[in-house]
Amino acid sequence: MIPSTFDYTAPSSLDEALKLLHDFGDDAKILAGGHSLIPMMKLRFAEPEHLIDLNNIPGLSYLKIEGGMFKIGAMTREVETEESAEIAVHFPIFADVAKLIADPQVRNFGTLGGNLAHGDAANDQPAVMLALDASVEIAGLDGRRTVGIDDFFYGFYSTAVQEGEILTEILIPIPSGRSGNAYHKVERKVGDYATGGVAVHLEFDEQGICTKAGIGLTNVNPTPLRAVRSEAALVGTSLDDDAIASAAQYASEDCNPSSDLRGDIDYKRHIIKAVTKKMINKAKQRAFKN
Amino acid sequence: MIQCKTSKEIGGMGHSMKRKEDDRFIHGKGNYTDDVKLPGTLYMDIVRSPYAYAKIKNIDSSEALKIPGVLAVITGKDLEQYNLHWMPTLMSDTQMVLPVDTVMYQAQEVAAIIATEKYIARDAREAVRVEYEVMKPVVDPFKALDADAPVLRTDKPDKKDNHIWHWEVGQKEETEKIFEEAEVTVKEQMHIPRIHVASIETCGCVASYDKVDNYLTMYMTTQAPHAIRTVFALVAGHVGLTEEKIRVISPDIGGGFGGKVPVYPGYVIAIAASFLIGKPVKWIEDRSENLQADSFARDYHITAELAGTKDGKILATRMKVLADHGYTDASANPSKFPTGMFSIGTGSYDYPNAFMEADAVYTNKPPGGVAYRCSFRVTEAVHAIERITDRFALEIGKDPAALRFQNFIKKEQFPYHSPTGWEYDSGDYEAGLKLAMKGVDYDNLRIEQAEKRKKGELMGIGLSTFTEIVGAGPSKDFDILGIKMFDSAEIRVHPTGKAIARFGTKSQGQGHETTYAQIIAEELGIPAKDIQIEEGDTDTAPYGLGTYASRSTPTAGAAAVMAARKLRDKAKKIAAYLLEVSEDDLEWEPGKFSVKGAPEKSKTIQEIVFASYTNHPQGMEAGFEATHYYDPPNLTFPSGAYICVVDIDSDTFEIKVRRFVAIDDAGHIINPMIAQGQVHGGLTQGIAPAMYEELIYDDDGNILNGTLMDYLVPTAVESPSWETGHTVTPSPHHPIGAKGIGESPTVGAPPAIANAIVDALKPYGITHLDIPITPYKIFKALKEKGVLDKNIVES
Repeated sequence: MIPSTFDYTAPSSLDEALKLLHDFGDDAKILAGGHSLIPMMKLRFAEPEHLIDLNNIPGLSYLKIEGGMFKIGAMTREVETEESAEIAVHFPIFADVAKLIADPQVRNFGTLGGNLAHGDAANDQPAVMLALDASVEIAGLDGRRTVGIDDFFYGFYSTAVQEGEILTEILIPIPSGRSGNAYHKVERKVGDYATGGVAVHLEFDEQGICTKAGIGLTNVNPTPLRAVRSEAALVGTSLDDDAIASAAQYASEDCNPSSDLRGDIDYKRHIIKAVTKKMINKAKQRAFKN
Repeated sequence: MIQCKTSKEIGGMGHSMKRKEDDRFIHGKGNYTDDVKLPGTLYMDIVRSPYAYAKIKNIDSSEALKIPGVLAVITGKDLEQYNLHWMPTLMSDTQMVLPVDTVMYQAQEVAAIIATEKYIARDAREAVRVEYEVMKPVVDPFKALDADAPVLRTDKPDKKDNHIWHWEVGQKEETEKIFEEAEVTVKEQMHIPRIHVASIETCGCVASYDKVDNYLTMYMTTQAPHAIRTVFALVAGHVGLTEEKIRVISPDIGGGFGGKVPVYPGYVIAIAASFLIGKPVKWIEDRSENLQADSFARDYHITAELAGTKDGKILATRMKVLADHGYTDASANPSKFPTGMFSIGTGSYDYPNAFMEADAVYTNKPPGGVAYRCSFRVTEAVHAIERITDRFALEIGKDPAALRFQNFIKKEQFPYHSPTGWEYDSGDYEAGLKLAMKGVDYDNLRIEQAEKRKKGELMGIGLSTFTEIVGAGPSKDFDILGIKMFDSAEIRVHPTGKAIARFGTKSQGQGHETTYAQIIAEELGIPAKDIQIEEGDTDTAPYGLGTYASRSTPTAGAAAVMAARKLRDKAKKIAAYLLEVSEDDLEWEPGKFSVKGAPEKSKTIQEIVFASYTNHPQGMEAGFEATHYYDPPNLTFPSGAYICVVDIDSDTFEIKVRRFVAIDDAGHIINPMIAQGQVHGGLTQGIAPAMYEELIYDDDGNILNGTLMDYLVPTAVESPSWETGHTVTPSPHHPIGAKGIGESPTVGAPPAIANAIVDALKPYGITHLDIPITPYKIFKALKEKGVLDKNIVES
């Protein structure tokens, strides 16, 4: 558990960080909370020559509402999303998910931006972002661009954040009407990656008909997976038992889990089906709580 | 409630005194092996084998040696020159220190790097090039005995197979006859999985050899410093390191649980390196090395059988064990007991016949077989008997509690002679189970369960009423490498009435600095806070076999009592002299001798001690010191009655331990708070193998979960709120009636949990599941039974 030799720089502005990143190119890695990168370095799975620490850069950590969007600075710690009363008004799902991410030490330091930019389908936040239909802002030396979450995850540890770029902000549309959301994962013990996890976000019209459904799945596909058929099975219905059963069934059929110590493919499909059903019900319950 | 004979000020037995050692631990002032910093220290790292079984064709150290700061790369061939490449195990087998030509398990030590910094040593580890010729390993212990299995221990010229030893005990013919004629017989195949102690502190040492004085000081993570020093002297005596030239110091230890009993190759290589270079050499394992290479525990495949009558009387049990020892038998058992105390497996039940046998085999896995919080294979035995007893109850349709009451050894039957040869000293099993059932409200739980079953909900209730066997042990039967398993205490009281006491044991978190002081306080009336306890330094402490197998209180604790009583006898003589009366005229209360009928005439223990240095009777030895080596007349037999209630999610099969009531009987309790802490920790280490932990290997002998990401050590989140209680049945032969508590919960908890889960799944025809029982395992079992889709998923 001893990393290889590396250099360390802690710039004090985003521009400086981007310049360093540009200069070092492939040999550099960005350090946010460090709770994925540092363990990988200690195991020597990652051996970057340069670490560029974003922790001294002001203005990357915030929660704010602006233009119908909930905006979260990329360096916002998981614990801040877990404990924010502001975020909980529309997105109780953040408290669900944060509680299931590793342990308090990790959540106190790990960041939402790092969680996404790491590009690991086993992380929990990607599924939540899929369900919430988020987008992310990415900064480079040439300026900033916004990428929808569906275009963000490329593959294993690979995202839309290109060489020389830094993820700076997460944007989540605030639902105008009745809505509810929820996340749960089955894990072998606390802090484990998901055997399977499901994030559900639902919006309803005044008649109680589902107008929008977002369902993201954790760790059952090479990339974080949107359960498209499941979403479609819910929209336009009043979420009767049949609609929910179909959505759960589709999710279990459409995911592509691999067999590992957590379980075989059958078991994981079973878990996805069971948890999808539970989370749809929980999100629905939250939507109609008041 | 526990009655205290001493005042709170004195703090003898029964007082929940706060632990004296906690001040330094809580303040981060513990002094662990890695905290030992000697000038000029070099650091050692170890190159390990990526293969489970391979020939070493070549080791090329040239690139590593080019790295600035790297002083040496030590290989088996280097050690061979000094005949230090092999060492004996505690079971008189042999183990490689470093291999000369063959590696026998993945993560085995292949070469050692000595460097000026630990970071440099780790970089150099990557630079050592080892060429292997990979061979097909033997992983499955059952296949290890096949006629065409490769013979692994080719270093032993006469070895023609992978069989290590056969052991048996009991009444073979009688048992077979009972099984042939019995109304009911049940049988289950069980695996008690290979697990690891996973103590928070890994293993390590600082070997510091002084070339001028030819003297080795060895700071190391060992539970048995004296025995280890003797082993080192036996291994290295031929190069001049004889026993008086070796000082083993065991500083604070961050958990041992049996994993710090063996001598690991790393220790010996560090000594060899320090011996050759003449500087201190520090070696501290990282977490993965600790998990992957250090001694495992358990790994018994057991065929358990029980014969009985239709109305529930147990008539006989039969157990057959296949023990997977890895490539060498490096268990930590007493010499005469290759399966440890597995023969306690007739349990808490009264029947005249049993037969047990075991065969051990070599495989390409790490060696070990340590007693993980367990008195030498008791955990395996208890699991087998408690599971098969439940299986019997299921077979005849009887409540498992009622079945246990029917078969318990009765209170008045003690001392009880078991069919496998033990003399149980004492016990009251009925009282324990009654208390546990009352605590958990057993009858109402069964009613609730019946209602839930109607709704398809999965709720289970599991019992475990176990008997432990600890305190090894009487010299007639118990030794390790020939050294009898006594233990020792030396008490030295200073002129001002304060004391230091030293022991042959070594605490790893058990609280000896407090409990030993309380034992002495009980006997001498000197306040426990005035008694300093010291262990772990072979130059100062009396010889002892160390701390494991719940033996400290039964052996060294008893030695403290006996030494203290010698001092009390002396105190009485001094008091008689000072008060000018005959000894017969004196009476003792804790801390004071007074004249019968004239209580105003008295001498406190402090006054008496002072007199022993300033005014002792003519003809009496001055001073106030005593030593005792205690050879226990028998083992002690703690027992417990545990009840576990589980709820299983009928969709995801996630298991929630709703309640766990643990009633322990450890005889007289020294410090109830420490005992409760021991039970809490032990129960958590019981839930661990029951639901989470197992070292898993693939067919090529690769470990699949060699880090804590996949080796699932439970945390506070997984632990239920433990409900604990005690019955008190003192050991009749122990001087203070104590039995030992450390291991009971780890031994007793797994079958209670397994029984509860199997009970929850009873409606689906499941009669047994091997631990660890996970949601995934439940899914597979239900799927196999074909009940998944119709009964559970869609319900």
